[in-house]
Amino acid sequence: MTGMTRAIPPGPERVEGRAKVTGTAPYAFEHPVTDPLYLHPLRATIARGRVTRIDTDAAERVDGVHTVLTHHNAATLNPVGDPELAVLQSDGIDYRGQLIGAVVAETPEIAAHAAGLVDVRYERLPHDSEFRDDAAIVYTPDADASPMLSPDLERGDVDAAFAEAAHTVDATYTTPPEHHNPLEPHAVIATWDEEGLTLHDSNQGSHLVRDLLAALVGIDKERVSVIAPHVGGAFGSKGMPHGHVALTVLAARRTAGRPVKCALSRTQMFELVGYRPPTRQRVRLGADPEGRLTATEHDSLEQTSRFKQYAEQSASASREMYASPNRRVTNRLAALDVPAPTWMRAPGEAPGMYALETAVDELAVRVGIDPIELRVRNEPEVAPVSGLPFSSRNLVACLRQGAERFGWHERDPRPGTRREGDWLVGTGVAAASFPTLFFPGSLATIHHESAGKYRVEIGAVDIGTGSRTALTQLAAEALEVPLENVELRLGSTEQPHASLAGGSTGTASWGSTVVEAARSFRTEHGSEPAEGVETTAGAADNPDIGKYAMHAYGAQFAEVRVHVDTGEVRVPRMLGVFAAGRIVNPRTAHSQFLGGMTMGLSTALHEHSVVDERFGHVVNHDLAGYHIAGNADVGSIEVSWVDEHDPHVNPVGAKGIGEIGIVGTAAAIGNAAYHATGVRVRDLPLTPEKFLY
Amino acid sequence: MDSEITLRVDGRRETLSVDTRTTLLDALRERLGVTSPKKGCDHGQCGACTVLLDGRRATSCLTFAVANEHSEVVTAEGLAEKDEPHPVQQALLDNDGFQCGYCTPGQVCSAVGMLDEVKSGWPSYVTDDLEEPVELDEDEIRERMSGNLCRCGAYANIVTAIREAAE
Ligand code: FES
Ligand code: FES
Repeated sequence: MTGMTRAIPPGPERVEGRAKVTGTAPYAFEHPVTDPLYLHPLRATIARGRVTRIDTDAAERVDGVHTVLTHHNAATLNPVGDPELAVLQSDGIDYRGQLIGAVVAETPEIAAHAAGLVDVRYERLPHDSEFRDDAAIVYTPDADASPMLSPDLERGDVDAAFAEAAHTVDATYTTPPEHHNPLEPHAVIATWDEEGLTLHDSNQGSHLVRDLLAALVGIDKERVSVIAPHVGGAFGSKGMPHGHVALTVLAARRTAGRPVKCALSRTQMFELVGYRPPTRQRVRLGADPEGRLTATEHDSLEQTSRFKQYAEQSASASREMYASPNRRVTNRLAALDVPAPTWMRAPGEAPGMYALETAVDELAVRVGIDPIELRVRNEPEVAPVSGLPFSSRNLVACLRQGAERFGWHERDPRPGTRREGDWLVGTGVAAASFPTLFFPGSLATIHHESAGKYRVEIGAVDIGTGSRTALTQLAAEALEVPLENVELRLGSTEQPHASLAGGSTGTASWGSTVVEAARSFRTEHGSEPAEGVETTAGAADNPDIGKYAMHAYGAQFAEVRVHVDTGEVRVPRMLGVFAAGRIVNPRTAHSQFLGGMTMGLSTALHEHSVVDERFGHVVNHDLAGYHIAGNADVGSIEVSWVDEHDPHVNPVGAKGIGEIGIVGTAAAIGNAAYHATGVRVRDLPLTPEKFLY
Repeated sequence: MDSEITLRVDGRRETLSVDTRTTLLDALRERLGVTSPKKGCDHGQCGACTVLLDGRRATSCLTFAVANEHSEVVTAEGLAEKDEPHPVQQALLDNDGFQCGYCTPGQVCSAVGMLDEVKSGWPSYVTDDLEEPVELDEDEIRERMSGNLCRCGAYANIVTAIREAAE
């Protein structure tokens, strides 16, 4: 190695690293099973209406077809509060692409061929898939849309403050539908035999899948096992089980114990496993002559599906970010005949902070001060709405440290003034925040094997974040033994209950659980435990929840080049500085931030699911049409963090790092593109035509 | 319609009868239980299924098994010696060049194939001088590895790893 420095900081290597680089770590579809059958889903080709006739004769006559499942012969499922799971329970069609049946056959080729022979007739009803601001479809979400936040908030008199403000911004920002597209498509193998139901499933929470599926089919949950040792990315799309899991279970009920394998195709994933809904956000900011905010208003309109409500709540990003005596936040939904949206990496914050942080940049231009300085001037001393103290808040430290590393001070603020060859060059900054959450209810078992070797079990899922490694470290640390003395088992309902891998809570929730369980083990069995003893315990309730406002923060910097003739946008350089509490494993944490920023770059430049409103489906439904950042789209990305000790958030002191990295990235890139060109684009993604006029 | 074919997979000779519609990827994964190559799209758009086919990188989802009679398939699993990962694999481990790992075996095979292409003097879209031997800088690696998507966004570390492995 000559003249090269590794970007990554030291930290234990991923426990499963060897298995992953050789491809031997098993993902759901790869679990070896005997004599499997393959399921090919049948899907609606209309956006609303009902199936009037479904002729399966030709398909059933194909050699090797085992069963064709439709709403006529599917078993009745119990309602579990999730309409996506109620598959084949009626003839109704709520969106194009909906599951209406399945062919189960000896091979995937036979199943796919036979699926094409099923003849479906429909009664078509008029549908509406056009996202827009229209009283006919817009409503205020139920208060329970998000358990933590009500949709609306009002403090002071925003309109009066805005009218009197020395400087104002009033702009509307739009973000498109985006699909998670984890590289591993959703897949499940269902086996229903005398022992019960076994699912090898690609998910973010095996226990959650078990609870829902057991209730759905009405069997004792002790008779259901869900196993997910490795998951090839998820980003929220595997948070809740989707219809294909229920469909595969329905099929497995009819195959006399033969396993049924179902892997969704990339194209099917564009309708069946959720997406980030499009948003239309109006932000109004009013400031005094020095740039201190006097009014903050953020109104967001987001798409939901008519058959299942999902509220992204993007405007909530403006609740606690900056000081502002007058504030109004509203979140509205437009209900359409479309597939159900769901959480996607930093739900709410990713689109919401794009809008807010672009508006703040616009305000800095109006006021004529540096955008970092403007943010510093609007630092709140306590959380603005709740009045609670922050458990820790190091946004300013992130901005200052980032400015230093990025060389921000050399920046000439005038837009459209630097040109290198055919490229206009600019730099931009944006702030980021993401709430620190804690999911209660997890349990871990600490088992002493012998001679100081421990087995630690927790039924959490590592979706690629590095949880397996971080939890092994935390267990070893709490037990005060070397890392190699701990064998961590996770991913399955064979291990104790664990919460969902979501909300950036893994290290906080499961980590605290493992630490508390290790402490209980020591209390119970001492430092010289007998062979085979074990303790199962969970984390106590955190008395500081509700007493402090808890968030992770970050500062994102980008250098952008926009081609003068083509409008092509390139991002040669990015820097992210984060304040996220304790970083358990710097090596894997670095990758988490890097991955978030890379996905943020992808959001900024490429991602857009284009809906054809005439038919209600996504047209660019594969990885050739839906662009995600490829290797050549990414330049240098530097990641760092400030040391932050937060004793309030949880026993580990970790704030969660899975989502903060994607927050603010698109705004930083958009702000840099404005600085490069003088053109303010308020609509993601930043495609070339938007810079040409 | 089924046909019998013989292949070598990671050094083993395999004879099997396959449906003529079966892709090489499905034959490996579903028939032979060789699951190191991954299926990310089945359309040649993601690179997760990349293997070395007669020494060159190829997306195994884009070729039918029956079209590969007598060919030699090497997967990321086959590139590693028993306890000894291939230098590209070791470099990915050293640089944490992955997260979920689903794209990784494809990245590994693609990188190994790519390094060989560079050695043979194959230019890429970003190669300036077509006469001189290729200088494998970061832009060359990024360009040449762009057929392999990584949704976890490990590209920056993948590029460092490949540079390291190439030294
Ligand atoms: S699975 Fe072959 S390229 Fe994606
Ligand atoms: S490591 Fe997850 S897709 Fe590359």
